[in-house]
Amino acid sequence: MAKNSLGREIPETFNGKRYMPYKDPHAIVPETFHFQRASRMLKRNYSGASKVVGGLREAIIASGLKDGMTISTHHHLRNGDRLLNDLVKEIDALGIRDIRIAASSVHIVHAELIPYIKKGVITALECGVNGPIGEQISKGEIKCPIVVRSHGGRARSVISGEVPIDVAFLAAPFCDEYGNFNGFYGPSACGSLGYALVDAQYARKVVAVTDNLVAFPALPIGVPQNIVDIVATVDSLGDPKKIVSSTTKLTKDPMGLQIAQYAAMVIDSSGYLKNGFSFQTGTGGISLAVAGHVRDMMRERKIKGSFGCGGITGFFVDMLEEGLFEGLFDVQCFDLKAVESIGRNRKHQEMSAGLYANPFNMGAVVNRLDCAILSATEIDVNFNVNVNTESSGLLLHNTGGHCDVANGAKVSIIVCPSIRGRLPMVRDEVTTITTPGETVGVLVTERGIAVNDHLPELKAELIRRRAPVKDIRQLHDEIYAVTGAPKAVEFTDEVVGLIEYLDGTIIDTVRTVRA
Amino acid sequence: MADSQLRRTLLFVPGNMPSMLQNVPLFKCDSVIIDLEDAVNHAEKDAARNLVRRFLENWKDRNKEVLVRINPLYTKWGRDDLKAILPERPDAIRFPMCETPELALELDAELAAYERANGLEVGHFGILPSIETVKSVLNAYAIATSTKRIFGLAFGAEDYTASMGVARTNSGEDLIHPRMMIVMAAKAAGIQAIDSVFSDVNDMEALKKETELVKRIGYTGKCLVNPRQIDVIHEAFAPKREEIDYALEVVEAIKQARQMGTGVISLKGKMVDAPIVKRAVNTLRVAFAQGLVATPIDEEILNG
Amino acid sequence: MEIIKKGVAGTMQSSDLMVFVEPADTLRLEIESTVIKQFGHLIRAKADEVLAKNGVTAGFIRLTDRGALDYAIEARIETALQRASAA
Repeated sequence: MAKNSLGREIPETFNGKRYMPYKDPHAIVPETFHFQRASRMLKRNYSGASKVVGGLREAIIASGLKDGMTISTHHHLRNGDRLLNDLVKEIDALGIRDIRIAASSVHIVHAELIPYIKKGVITALECGVNGPIGEQISKGEIKCPIVVRSHGGRARSVISGEVPIDVAFLAAPFCDEYGNFNGFYGPSACGSLGYALVDAQYARKVVAVTDNLVAFPALPIGVPQNIVDIVATVDSLGDPKKIVSSTTKLTKDPMGLQIAQYAAMVIDSSGYLKNGFSFQTGTGGISLAVAGHVRDMMRERKIKGSFGCGGITGFFVDMLEEGLFEGLFDVQCFDLKAVESIGRNRKHQEMSAGLYANPFNMGAVVNRLDCAILSATEIDVNFNVNVNTESSGLLLHNTGGHCDVANGAKVSIIVCPSIRGRLPMVRDEVTTITTPGETVGVLVTERGIAVNDHLPELKAELIRRRAPVKDIRQLHDEIYAVTGAPKAVEFTDEVVGLIEYLDGTIIDTVRTVRA
Repeated sequence: MADSQLRRTLLFVPGNMPSMLQNVPLFKCDSVIIDLEDAVNHAEKDAARNLVRRFLENWKDRNKEVLVRINPLYTKWGRDDLKAILPERPDAIRFPMCETPELALELDAELAAYERANGLEVGHFGILPSIETVKSVLNAYAIATSTKRIFGLAFGAEDYTASMGVARTNSGEDLIHPRMMIVMAAKAAGIQAIDSVFSDVNDMEALKKETELVKRIGYTGKCLVNPRQIDVIHEAFAPKREEIDYALEVVEAIKQARQMGTGVISLKGKMVDAPIVKRAVNTLRVAFAQGLVATPIDEEILNG
Repeated sequence: MEIIKKGVAGTMQSSDLMVFVEPADTLRLEIESTVIKQFGHLIRAKADEVLAKNGVTAGFIRLTDRGALDYAIEARIETALQRASAA
């Protein structure tokens, strides 16, 4: 065990691999470590014949998957995904064991995998999870070492070969028999395939799995035939109703609206809200309310923004079509309107997770962001943010792009209610650090705005505008005066998971909760 | 006497709902009216009374005016409400169904008795009567002048239209007459006129129109039931840029005149007298609250 | 204060709690809460304080809490006690 720079105890090795403790956001320079791009064997295909081998089982056999290998899937089908569950069932039926899952994310629907973890079919997770799997891991009810990565961090780990993917099984909503595919059309259309694009480039074997085999060529090409080994067909990739399910509704909660209004004030005071403005926000009710304010200000002042980024909603599509942005960078579509837009509008650009947020390249899109709205399950008085665990100590959420965007954007704004069900959200220490405080610009709660020390001009401007600027410790004390001081959740010494920072260093661990 | 309290928005908050009640310190309204009357079921009057009492007891740093709407004194709850609430020192009582000056005096006597018994200055607690029936509209001036505790008249349109036997509309022509009667009674008595709630929470455009209308005829505040309406009402009551500029000029002129020791002041050839100064000060007070001027107005300017 | 019959107060809304009171030979307090791990100790302390303040020495008191703050805990217990002791 060693302490990282944020005071968290980090094991030197985990599940047989060595890790470095987190130091600071710029500590790891790939050149000095001689990091290389992963390589895969060159292949030659003499044939122009169909690559369709049959269903999932035939594809698994054809891929050469064996005990101890690593597979990946993408999470563009989100909670409507059937592929990962069906895949693991087939892998089990074929008697293959000790598989590592390196999906781009795992959702609540994948709770079906729990029996296969117990059975030894799945023995490690090289990805963060949402929902019951993480909950049971942090309760110690199932054993499965887990390394949680951000979107950018995962792209980095695949591109650098730190997490070598043996076979990528990529859901392909619109696919031809020779392996060209995109995500724009078909019954399982999900729009952007941003997370899958990295796997398609770097996995040793690439299997396109489709429920919608179309006549050659499947255009426009998202993933091209020259990097796809196998095509498999299935009845259904998932439940379309749950694939692009985000309810893009503005919050009606008065406190949420208050937070949104303050956040808009922060953006307005940042100095970036002018021609060329770039912006990212999520799908939560508060985030959308902020986006609403931003749209109104841009309209009113006739501002032409540069780009909107991230997971894309219909709200951003409307802003694009209204001429408020030059374009959209889309790593993942959140609703049907976004799916429909990316399929026809060339200014709505599909973006790979590597282009979006991989820190080890010649510049990710997040580096060009002015303002970004991010959420938190907790934040501490040093601005460190938790999005992985809740105050209960349970691992319930994946990182998403949180630390990538916080690090890239010029002003990263955390929006968070000050209290959730009596639990204070501004803590002395967060349960788990996902994103280091030094990369966080501003915290906005309904009780006030706290500005980090590295943005003194923004702070002065907010004070000038009579915004309720408070020291983060003052905010903390005010909240505790309302809620009382909660007892800390107790953890055992057993490390069941790592929280990896985007550069591959370990920023925190997950330990089992003491019953 | 008209006090200088800014009351653009008076937000009703149900007395038996902790999730709303504990957000009271955070709402950006000028005043809050914690409701023990219509928002509370008959069976829960006791529970609401306890809850509001404990809430007020625990709310140390009050940052807005606090009114409690009690049940009418002729109900079996009214006096118990007062008994529970007065020890927690609300600023005023919102007094429903105040149809006659006698009813106002009855509450006045209750409050005075409590004040005397507890060493408070008589007149400590204010009264904001609800003018919400035809009868109370006709008695508005008599009610307004019945006791010095009354700092405003609050129109209650819902009950009023019921007492008239008509339906309330968003356009509001059914309310023209009572609105005029009430604002005239209030102004004649030198107190504030406060308009009724606008209940369609989803029609912000109509709320804005209604607020602009009542502002034009002399109302300075409005009650509301949903915090989402606060900003719309504040914006509607905010003075226009020209009004602010003129008010600043008036204040500047009077400052200079005072420095030079002149009594009579003129601005651009027009005489500036006391009512004009008073209006300028009011304009700037609202403008500051709305963030339209950077510094608060020094009210001493009024006294010279 | 003597508990002579059953009494209930509160709601199941968030930030509220329900209090169930009934006669018993001894004093027994049972607490269920969405934040029991973090705030169980404070909820219990508040409940004990309110029971003592009201001179309750016997009765079965049950709290089902949805993240209520201290003022609400106090008010709901008071109301349930008043309802359980009123003739």
